[in-house]
Amino acid sequence: MSENKIIDARDTYCPGPLMELITYMKQASVGDTLELLSTDEGSAADVPEWVNKVGHEMLGSEKVDGVWHLKIRKAK
Amino acid sequence: MSQKLSIVCVTGTREKLQMAAMIASVAAATGTDVNVFLSMNALSFFIKGNSDVAPVEGEMGTLMSQKGVPPFKQLFQQAAELGDAKILPCSMALDLLKVGKEDLDPELGPPTGLTRFLSEAEGGQMLTF
Repeated sequence: MSENKIIDARDTYCPGPLMELITYMKQASVGDTLELLSTDEGSAADVPEWVNKVGHEMLGSEKVDGVWHLKIRKAK
Repeated sequence: MSQKLSIVCVTGTREKLQMAAMIASVAAATGTDVNVFLSMNALSFFIKGNSDVAPVEGEMGTLMSQKGVPPFKQLFQQAAELGDAKILPCSMALDLLKVGKEDLDPELGPPTGLTRFLSEAEGGQMLTF
């Protein structure tokens, strides 16, 4: 059963949100979905770069009330 | 074969240590083999009991002391834990400071000389801060 995990990295600056994501990614199982919350504009662009580079799957990226919601599925 | 990145830290200021730690953590977490060599004034922050507050060079260093910016030591630690980066203290600097491996933070690897570091760096990229 795959899980949905929300990671609250609001108010941290680059590379804080990415390192938070990676920490949880290590503990997650293949198929789990992680939703990263970030207020850092640079991370909104750079986190998807990392996700694609290491071979996970970007499910979505949207900004709601000043907070980026980046959804990622662990693919391996 | 994975990419190889060697980072030499010699300057003991917040901006330089922060940039080196950011690159080390992101590269290591992306699958790059990262070796960080700590020498000169960059080493003392990794000795147990020493201050981990590095002096700032300018405006950015001051801005980086605010909440939400991951401290450089935390980023180096994450580089080692999440990405298997090696954080290597310079054996010459340890000798001069009369400090041993047991006096250093636990995330640091074995005291390393230049010959060893350079041979590990061979064929990869090297950055100096």
